[in-house]
Amino acid sequence: MTFFIQLLVTGIVVGSIYGLVALGFVLIYRASDALNLANGEFVLIGAYISLTIMTAYNLPFILAVLITLVFSAVLGLVVERIILRPLQNAPVISVIMATIGLSSVLGGAVHMIWGTQPKSFPAVFPATPVEFSGIIIAPVYLYSFIIVMVLLIIFSLFFKFSKMGIAMRAVADDQEAALSMGINIKTVYAMTWAIAAVVAAVGGILLGNINGVSGSMATIGLTVLPVVILGGLDSILGAILGGFIIGIIQNLAGGYLDPLVGGGLKEVVPFIIIVIILMIKPYGLFGKGGIERV
Amino acid sequence: MKRLRNPFVAESGTYKTSYKNDMKLFKTKKQTIIMMIFIGLVLVLPLFASNYAIGLLTLGAIASIGAIGLNILTGFTGQISIGVGAFLGVGGYTAAILTSTVGLSFWITLPLAGVATAVVGGLFGIPSLRLKGLYLAIATLAAQVVILFIITRWTSLTGGTAGMTLSRPKIGEYSLSSNTSYYYLVVIILILTTLYATNLIRTRTGRAFLAVRDRDVAAQIMGINLFSYKVMAFAISSFFVGIAGALLAHYTMIVSPEFYSIEVSIEYLAMILVGGLGSVFGSILGALFITFLPVGLDMMISVISGYLPNINQILSSFKELVFGLVIILFLIFEPGGLAQIWLNIKSYFRLWPFSH
Repeated sequence: MTFFIQLLVTGIVVGSIYGLVALGFVLIYRASDALNLANGEFVLIGAYISLTIMTAYNLPFILAVLITLVFSAVLGLVVERIILRPLQNAPVISVIMATIGLSSVLGGAVHMIWGTQPKSFPAVFPATPVEFSGIIIAPVYLYSFIIVMVLLIIFSLFFKFSKMGIAMRAVADDQEAALSMGINIKTVYAMTWAIAAVVAAVGGILLGNINGVSGSMATIGLTVLPVVILGGLDSILGAILGGFIIGIIQNLAGGYLDPLVGGGLKEVVPFIIIVIILMIKPYGLFGKGGIERV
Repeated sequence: MKRLRNPFVAESGTYKTSYKNDMKLFKTKKQTIIMMIFIGLVLVLPLFASNYAIGLLTLGAIASIGAIGLNILTGFTGQISIGVGAFLGVGGYTAAILTSTVGLSFWITLPLAGVATAVVGGLFGIPSLRLKGLYLAIATLAAQVVILFIITRWTSLTGGTAGMTLSRPKIGEYSLSSNTSYYYLVVIILILTTLYATNLIRTRTGRAFLAVRDRDVAAQIMGINLFSYKVMAFAISSFFVGIAGALLAHYTMIVSPEFYSIEVSIEYLAMILVGGLGSVFGSILGALFITFLPVGLDMMISVISGYLPNINQILSSFKELVFGLVIILFLIFEPGGLAQIWLNIKSYFRLWPFSH
């Protein structure tokens, strides 16, 4: 039973980070119908930059995080301006390939600058494990979970009440209508990419604290795909819930089934889930199916 | 009837006077002659090129077969697939299992590898009826991961991560073990593939594919059975990818899961994008381009490394970066790809010096 709850807790924490990164995915999809396959590299870059700032310049964690976030936002803006804007009316495959190309460029740049060796994060959170009636939780997990939850609440308030957030929802709903109401779509796109990059960077910093930083972190960009498919590509709530579900299933499958098939199931289970979902409910739990007219 | 021709004026068009004329693959005599000369050049190339160059060209030709296959699916039918790598793997492993474990001859296993991959491809094509665009891309990505997982874990059949070994095919007693002989084999299959794909677009099936790409709902209203044509596109495309996979496996003489990773899928997508979506000729150009790109970079690096000794350490990352950059630049500046650039150059010279 303890083993089960241990897996469950890990699943929830990892799932909350998935949810956060998936949020960036969903935002971009809602705004511009594009799938950002370079999301994993945004995560990676966020982790590496905060790590470098902390180790090379010995700045405190909070300051390092702030600088990283600013940098990531700028990166998001630049990417949107240089790559995505010229492709605004291009077919789906062009946009997918552009983000794949971008992930290759960013990945290559990261490896050229920081090398491929895994690096460990300097300890930020206290090391003594917290114990709840027999279940041991590392503080990193606890803090990560709290940070993610706070961020998610901030974002939902942002979308609900702020002018920019409402504009973003309007653009997601109907671009032409939003345009005719005086919303500057270009600003909204740019903001979307900035927010997606920032959210990914936070995910990177948290994951870096949990597992250490290495090039393989970028695979989260793919792991998050099942999350958004499960939740529905255009649903923010779906992304968050999907994150938890995938995180929990992944860890349970890794814990119980891995010994049976010889390992590696943790990475594959989300994709098996994708196949099943796409067969049964292609638009996910909360996604909107489209009606098409000719 | 012999027409007078003014040698200083470029041709103004090709006029067809019969249906038979209209259906010809090569519209003019000039086209036929150029094509014959080109094929002749390809066939005599091994006499001049080095063994290494022939090896590279063989790889490029194998990639061309796969790229043509993918272009039938993505370029003609408009169904995005990020799972080519795994389908190559299905072809390669089918060839490996049938030749090494079962002991069949290469000439039987090659088509069988194609058929097996077509069946798997068709199976993963079934969701394409309900899924479009991004969703389908993700479904094929899932296929890639799941197929590769099965290949890695089904150790009794596939040898797991260690992989399997194969041998070069034989004609009677003569083994195609030299690069040159294998080159001829691959080139002949490439020519057949090219002929098939070029003709496919001119048939009822091919036109149905194009209609599905342009607007599938409209195509359905006009009486095209979406389900069968989409699955057919997946199957035909996978057949060629499987053939390419089997040829590649017999060329490298080893199959291992790491050869069929998602990076391979992305490379193939890059080939058809850089070459030109929906163009058979473009697929070949793109495949050669992407195959030679790392080699060209290697040569460039070996020149630079005289000045920057550290550059060898970051070589693979640098290749990755350039690869991504090439994709992005093509998408932004020439979405029609190399095929479009080729057409532009041709029409520039055809109309020269009065280009407007």
